Amino acid sequence: MNDSPVLVSIQGLKKHFPITRGLLLRRQVNAVKAVDGISFDILRGETLGLVGESGCGKTTAGRAILQIQRPTAGTVVFKGLDLTAQRGESLRAIRRYIQMIFQDPFASLDPRWTISRIIGEPLRVHQIGTPQERQARVEELMELVGLDRMFNNRYPHECSGGQRQRIGIARALASTPDFIVCDEPITALDVSIQAQIVNLLEALQDRLGLTYLFIAHDLSMVRHLCDRVAVMYLGTLVELGGRDELYRYPLHPYTRALLSAVSVPDPVKTRSRPRLPLTGELPSPINPPAGCRFHPRCPQATPECQTRTPVWHESSPGHWVACCLAK
Amino acid sequence: MSEAQIAIPVLKERLQRPPLTPGQLSWHRFLRHRMALVGAGLLVALVLYVLAGAAFFSEADANHVDLSSTLRGPSAEHPFGTDLAGRDILARTIYGGQISILIGVLAVVLSVVIGVLVGAAAGYFGGAVDNLLMRFTEAMFNIPQMFLLIILAKFFGVEAPSFTLFGRTFSGSVVVIVSVIGLTSWMYLARIVRSSFLSLKEQEFVTAARATGATDSSIIFGHILPSAIAPIIVSATLEVANAILYEAYISFLGMGVQPPTATWGNMLNEAYSKLEVAPWMWFFPGTLILLIVLAINFVGDGLRDAFDPRSLGGRSK
Amino acid sequence: MTQAASLLEVRDLVVEFRTLEGVVHAVNGVSFRIRAGETLGIVGESGCGKSVSALSVLRLIPQPPGKIVSGRVDFDGRDLLQLPKAEMQAVRGRAIGMVFQDPMTCLNPVLTVGRQISETMTVHLGLGREEARRQTLSLLEMVGIPTPELRCDDYPHHFSGGMRQRAMIAMALSCDPKLLIADEPTTALDVTIQSQILELVKRQRDRRNMAVIWISHDLSVIAELADRVVVMYAGFIVEEADVFKLYREPRHPYTQALLDSIPHMDTAGPEELRVIPGSPPDAMSLPPGCPFAPRCTFAFDRCQRENPPLSSAGRDHTAACWVVAAKRKPP
Repeated sequence: MNDSPVLVSIQGLKKHFPITRGLLLRRQVNAVKAVDGISFDILRGETLGLVGESGCGKTTAGRAILQIQRPTAGTVVFKGLDLTAQRGESLRAIRRYIQMIFQDPFASLDPRWTISRIIGEPLRVHQIGTPQERQARVEELMELVGLDRMFNNRYPHECSGGQRQRIGIARALASTPDFIVCDEPITALDVSIQAQIVNLLEALQDRLGLTYLFIAHDLSMVRHLCDRVAVMYLGTLVELGGRDELYRYPLHPYTRALLSAVSVPDPVKTRSRPRLPLTGELPSPINPPAGCRFHPRCPQATPECQTRTPVWHESSPGHWVACCLAK
Repeated sequence: MSEAQIAIPVLKERLQRPPLTPGQLSWHRFLRHRMALVGAGLLVALVLYVLAGAAFFSEADANHVDLSSTLRGPSAEHPFGTDLAGRDILARTIYGGQISILIGVLAVVLSVVIGVLVGAAAGYFGGAVDNLLMRFTEAMFNIPQMFLLIILAKFFGVEAPSFTLFGRTFSGSVVVIVSVIGLTSWMYLARIVRSSFLSLKEQEFVTAARATGATDSSIIFGHILPSAIAPIIVSATLEVANAILYEAYISFLGMGVQPPTATWGNMLNEAYSKLEVAPWMWFFPGTLILLIVLAINFVGDGLRDAFDPRSLGGRSK
Repeated sequence: MTQAASLLEVRDLVVEFRTLEGVVHAVNGVSFRIRAGETLGIVGESGCGKSVSALSVLRLIPQPPGKIVSGRVDFDGRDLLQLPKAEMQAVRGRAIGMVFQDPMTCLNPVLTVGRQISETMTVHLGLGREEARRQTLSLLEMVGIPTPELRCDDYPHHFSGGMRQRAMIAMALSCDPKLLIADEPTTALDVTIQSQILELVKRQRDRRNMAVIWISHDLSVIAELADRVVVMYAGFIVEEADVFKLYREPRHPYTQALLDSIPHMDTAGPEELRVIPGSPPDAMSLPPGCPFAPRCTFAFDRCQRENPPLSSAGRDHTAACWVVAAKRKPP
């Protein structure tokens, strides 16, 4: 039994989408470097937040980790097994233990399947139990996520957004996974429903010993939910640290700008928060800037930043950063 | 992991919508489409005509030659008149209709099978498989269909065995015609299926199934095909009308089912030489073809509207 | 506070939608007013009727299936709901500008951005082409679009999401409107872009002394911008107050629950987020009595029977709640 504190270890993960030219013989001329080399560990039982703005690659990273998109390079070691080296049947078998909760609670459920069929799919796929046992498990899961039994034979379009997300969560839990990637699971939900789902996720984690990678862009919710937080920019990690430390003492200029841009639901505080505005636009991931990717927009950039690629290093225990200026 | 029971509040949320399945919604929408209902009624009437009519006439009646009463107009004895060989046209339209409709349906079944296999493989697997299959499909498309029909009809010969269905024996040429039409009309459907698969494959519920570890075949048959079925049904329905027409064309060119067996198509062929003299020879089979094609088209339109995915379910929060 | 004349006053607005499944009561007697230069925030979750209310002011609700059943919208002395179409079109875009969540509802994908902004000015202000183009360029610069001379001739799809929003704001401000209605324009934007857009709006509004109605479900954004806030639920207004007062002392149970259910970034806490049990009512069959009663921890028997009107909950602070009205033990 592997009892290392690290559940998933990601090293040098890259996902490039090729851009091809030519009609008959398609040559690759360039690539969209959605994820361009990220390395970090996910600890057993924790909730690690992965944040960043559009185009930073966090969603692609989540899918690459789960091998839904096969990485271009790098390794993902889960409980001692390198997922990137698995193929076909062996990869399918591992999927029992690594699951995903999707952002769009409507699109991620087959509109023609009943709810009990949707939730039971992982059980059928991995042939867990007899049909009766599976039905019992489906009902157990529904109760676990707070769905009444009457939802058994209903369809997704008859359910509200919050209910649909619960179905997605129940499905993810069906095969008793260890690790769940939550890809913006509350973004598409109403404010008051977000609280329900977040509380549910937390309770489930406590009860079932789950490990979450929580991909989100709502920094307030990430602060509430996560133990550690990683920040991505243009396909790379710029900072990773314990929640309180990162939010109070951010090291990377991008993290500082990001945190300062958030509004809080308190008019006095939010109007007096100092803002660190970002200039310029997000560069294209096809041709990221040389040296530090952030340097064109960084208020503290030095000439060195234009040529030297910052090294991802541990600035203080548990606090990692990729910045030429952070010592 | 804590041993204590952590209570997760069961929110007994009520459903607010009446429990209509997507199928029921489509059915209701179909029922609201007036032309479709007219078409369906007409279709049922025509099918009853060719089936029930067999109770009044036997096949022998349809093929009974009576040289003493050739080319007679409609009368009490022969309500639709007689043809060149003195055969009763009414009886011939009944038995001819059976064959025409049977050919239409079987040809479509064949083309659906081929079209779905080709389209699904191309759409789902993409890459080289897609390229290869699509180039082949396009090549088939570019050959004029009539030309293909004629070549294949000549080529196939008449060595196919006869078969029996519902107590009636059909000659081998029916098999040939079905094959010919089926093999030359699958391309349109293949394209539709391919584009359905291309777009459905990217749907998040398919990604979710893949993330669960589902196999390709369970994804294709469990997830994608049921959602792709609507355009297939619509297309297949309309293809039946086309197949019946193609049978008529082939027969009209003298290469279809050979007399004395009647089909609506070869009855038109026989009427050709007597167009003005004996208009009843082409009027009745021709009108029947027209009616069934119209009926099928109305039904197909209704199905298309009924399956419109934009109205399926709708948004609720 | 003196009762200055209102720029816009909406009174007892009732809007319905007739659908195949029934009548949706989207807005059920909503009244609010806004003065020149003031920013009113309308906050509520989806389905509460906030967008419909705002769209009704500009009569942008598609008339079947929607229907403005009753109410008045007094703007600058005239009832907008009674205006003939041509005059209404003169108001839209000119005296009242509008910005939406999806810029592509305003921006025509087949016309260049510059052309669209210029057109607004030639139509409403009668400017010549040259003059309109000059103004367009200065507008684009004002909203922070770099190299406006080049971007002017780009099509909307060449712009990023944040840029499109800025272009839409430029178009809305082009004729110097007295009132800007913004319906969730930053909801789909990244946090840093949202922050920039909010700063832009604040600057422009202060410079022009423009009134703004800002609709959002995001209580943080409302806290940034608004002078006064109106909280909507199930097509009713349930609370109205000065922004500082509302966030400090919310009186309506729904507002309180909503504020307790969102995490604050600056205050880390292991506490559970407060959950509002149940879900919003079906707008086709609203219960009698207070629409929030089924989910309210303080509901008593009168709440189930009668729908409370807005009553005073303090100075310049109203709430539609029997508990508040009866001055019972304050929630």
